[in-house]
Amino acid sequence: SSNEHKLNFKKSKEACLSYIQDALLQKQWKRAAEFLTCYVESLEKDYSREHIGPSEMIWRIGTEILWHHSQSSMKEFNCFMEQMKTLGVKRYLKVCLEHVFHLLCNGQTDEAYQNLSLAESWRFGEQTAIQDKEMKLVQAYRGLLDYYSWSKQKNILLERGEDGFSDLAVEQEMHGYFRKAAVNLKEIIKIPGVWDIFVKCYVDLLEFYGDHNEARQVLNEYAYNSKFPANPNAHVYLYQFLKRQRESKKSLISALKILHDIVPSHELMIDFNTMLQKSKKRKKCRLGLEVIFAALDYAGWKENAKAWSCLARQVKQIVISEKHIDWIKQEWNSRKDWWPAFHFSRYSAKRNWQENKSLSYEKALVAGILLGKGCKYFKYISHQGCKAQLKRFRMLKKFVNRHNPVYLRISG
Amino acid sequence: RDFNERCAQCSEVNWGLTDGGRFYCRSCHNVTERTREVVNTDFITNSRVQTISKGSRKQEKNDGGSEWYICEGFQLVLKKQVEALEALGVCPQMKDEILCNFWRCYLQKSKQAYCKRPAGEAVKALSVCESSTDVDSDPERPSLLHLLSLSESEGDLQTDCSFASSVSKVSESTSVYSGSVDGSLYLMKNQKEKLRMTMPMTLSFCYMALLWVREPITLSELLRYVVEGHIPYLNVFQHFPEKMKLCGLDLKIFCVESWPVYEEVFNKMHELAAFLDLPRFPDITESCFLHPDMLCMKYLMEANLPDELHNWTFFFLKKIGIGEVDFLTLVPGNKSTRKVKYDVLAAAVIVVVLKLLFLLDDHYECFFVISFISSQTKVCIFFFFGPYFEFKKWYEVVKHSLDVEQKKLDEERAKYLWRCEKPLFYSVKNKSKVLKRRQMVVNLQNQFGKLSGSVQRAKKPNPSSFQLSWSEENTDGSCFHGHSLKGVLQEKRGLLTAMNPDYWLCTVKLCNEKLCGHLAHYREVEFPQSYHFVLGLFSFLLRVQPSYIHDEVCMIEHKLFNKKLYKKLKYNTVLRK
Repeated sequence: SSNEHKLNFKKSKEACLSYIQDALLQKQWKRAAEFLTCYVESLEKDYSREHIGPSEMIWRIGTEILWHHSQSSMKEFNCFMEQMKTLGVKRYLKVCLEHVFHLLCNGQTDEAYQNLSLAESWRFGEQTAIQDKEMKLVQAYRGLLDYYSWSKQKNILLERGEDGFSDLAVEQEMHGYFRKAAVNLKEIIKIPGVWDIFVKCYVDLLEFYGDHNEARQVLNEYAYNSKFPANPNAHVYLYQFLKRQRESKKSLISALKILHDIVPSHELMIDFNTMLQKSKKRKKCRLGLEVIFAALDYAGWKENAKAWSCLARQVKQIVISEKHIDWIKQEWNSRKDWWPAFHFSRYSAKRNWQENKSLSYEKALVAGILLGKGCKYFKYISHQGCKAQLKRFRMLKKFVNRHNPVYLRISG
Repeated sequence: RDFNERCAQCSEVNWGLTDGGRFYCRSCHNVTERTREVVNTDFITNSRVQTISKGSRKQEKNDGGSEWYICEGFQLVLKKQVEALEALGVCPQMKDEILCNFWRCYLQKSKQAYCKRPAGEAVKALSVCESSTDVDSDPERPSLLHLLSLSESEGDLQTDCSFASSVSKVSESTSVYSGSVDGSLYLMKNQKEKLRMTMPMTLSFCYMALLWVREPITLSELLRYVVEGHIPYLNVFQHFPEKMKLCGLDLKIFCVESWPVYEEVFNKMHELAAFLDLPRFPDITESCFLHPDMLCMKYLMEANLPDELHNWTFFFLKKIGIGEVDFLTLVPGNKSTRKVKYDVLAAAVIVVVLKLLFLLDDHYECFFVISFISSQTKVCIFFFFGPYFEFKKWYEVVKHSLDVEQKKLDEERAKYLWRCEKPLFYSVKNKSKVLKRRQMVVNLQNQFGKLSGSVQRAKKPNPSSFQLSWSEENTDGSCFHGHSLKGVLQEKRGLLTAMNPDYWLCTVKLCNEKLCGHLAHYREVEFPQSYHFVLGLFSFLLRVQPSYIHDEVCMIEHKLFNKKLYKKLKYNTVLRK
């Protein structure tokens, strides 16, 4: 019917919103403000059936505009946020948290702390229970700011301690912050979630006060509790902690195993491979080879001389011992179709030779073994190296020539 | 004046009004007991005036308001509208004589005034917004939701529900709120036969009056002036006097949240004219602005088309008989004649003429014409006839301007401000909430308004009859008024005819308008781009949907090719036998 084309309030405001959206995407803050001015009267209509009502729209859009607009000040921003807090009680804590986030971005930690304390004391009937999660976040962030205060005090103490002074007042303050921080941080990390920063800070506190057991428990929970989302950082933190505690290689290796499964390209894979290579257990050595090959599958490692040297070392060792050549064969099987173009092209050879001779040395060794002495990468590098009369390249050439049959076994 | 009974004493019909508002016979000075309903254009709290079977009007209530009836509100609205029209240059008789009389006639016919109230229809003085009485639910008293759903006005469903739910929270047996005395009654009664007054209908009244006086304002122009703010419509209730408190269901009646649509106002006007038993309207002759010939001239100019086309539109009108006085003049209640939409008709005529000359199938007008023109020696032709009209060039120039204007219009539509300063609340209970919200809105508008940069809220542009204008003085050749149609015409036996021998019908068979409301169903993809463009151009100028004009084009085409079509249909039926 013709009534579908009628221009009414709702359609007019929908159109207005799409203009605002366009303006925001193009960072035209003045234009966005212009249309938002026309949109705000939507507040006077009831949209209780809509998924996102005008008050939430205005909050989010207004925040963006005020944050980026050149003529907007922090004062205006704060004033706006206060208004938004009164708009929707169901969103109160969320708005508070966002406000705090912006204050922190602006370096206003004191104001942020005040806002968090205020938010913590907020009560509103049944809403308080409903917004329980947000409240925990509020408390957690306050705990975080307490941690930073603790950290500051700690540094002051350490400095003064060096000079031979001890300051009881500062120490007391420091302990006070610790207590406040610990209580809140401990609470939040009980809830399944991604809490990297809270965990790190909490563990730091525990270690300082010597509670290593608690720290270990926290980190284990964070890394291994299946209720928590898979998080590579959890394993990294655990590993770093264990290293600080000088734990056995066995526990260090088990900490990194899962990291390898989740993020094969992680920077710790080099450490991992080094540890595994040194192990006397056959399984561990095998794993080491797998780990280093997997890491080099990723473009970020292509020019990493250390990674290549790990691989070269292991390959060399296997070739010399003539044991477990099948390991290399297994790893090479899935890679022989694309590694040559990926790593060992003539172009890479030229570039590697120009930029990093050590890198090209390691790579050439690997290429020579995997692709034989006839491969273009090896030929180019060894030729260049011999031309430059570098001894190790001559040695390399001899080595690869001697072990060429290995290539035949691998490729067959 | 409108009281037609014979005097009891002297049997004359010659009435006047006393100061007390009673009718008296001017011949014999007999004063009757009949009183005139207090329906003044100015809201006078005249304590001496009696109202029929209602008792005296309460003067003051707790909140400083007085009793008022819905039709009084509408009367105020009409007054404001017609004053605005006067400011636009309409003759003053329209207000004092025409519209006034139409309105009184309406009140009488709909039994809202100037008559004895039908027995048993005592106005239930339903409680006003300040008190929520704990009346036991009266089985006759309609439920709130029922009332709201019956209303045809453009309320937002969401507001309805929130209102309903918020009110029902107040008390189980809710009483209906309205500032006016008969607000709920207004919405409740099945007024189909009595033509209940609505905001869009005020525009129908205006248009009817304009048509009667044959003012040079078409319906599409009137509606455009409304949208542009030259004629009060949105938020006109803010001009109601302080004593007329507006709340509750009054809002559903007076607060509109959509712009009225041509079709709606047009149909209502005809219903109204029939309802009021009006006689045949003054003739629409060839010298009238509303005559399709005149309107064609105007639209041709506005569409930047050659003046020469006017000869063709004129000829065309004659050919299919739509320039006749009897076809064009409105006779209310006559169901057999098609109701004439003067502006849409004129636009459709131009579209058909363009189709006749240029075919508009995306090929002929672009390629054939150009190749023909280039094959002529241009120089001498230019000297004698002016530049040849090239459709493609015209398209590019007009499209450019049209796009610019359309973009402006779209932005304006997105920037409409619907609310006004006067606060609206359904009940006193949520008054403070409403006021708080309003305050916040104003604050936010100020805050972000300042950040809008140097963009000033553009002042209302002066009302103008022409939306697009083209000047012959422009040296860039963007004005096509003086162009010649020689490129598409040929001489045959001393007569100029179109070179184009073909024509395509928009639709072979017309739909039954009574069933589906349309003569045809327009879908852009099914028609050539040129045709769509031309429809779009007039759609913009008249602010109606392209399909609306398309319907009219189909109607005209069928008139034109009537005989051929009839023959064809007959042939088909013969075959089937």
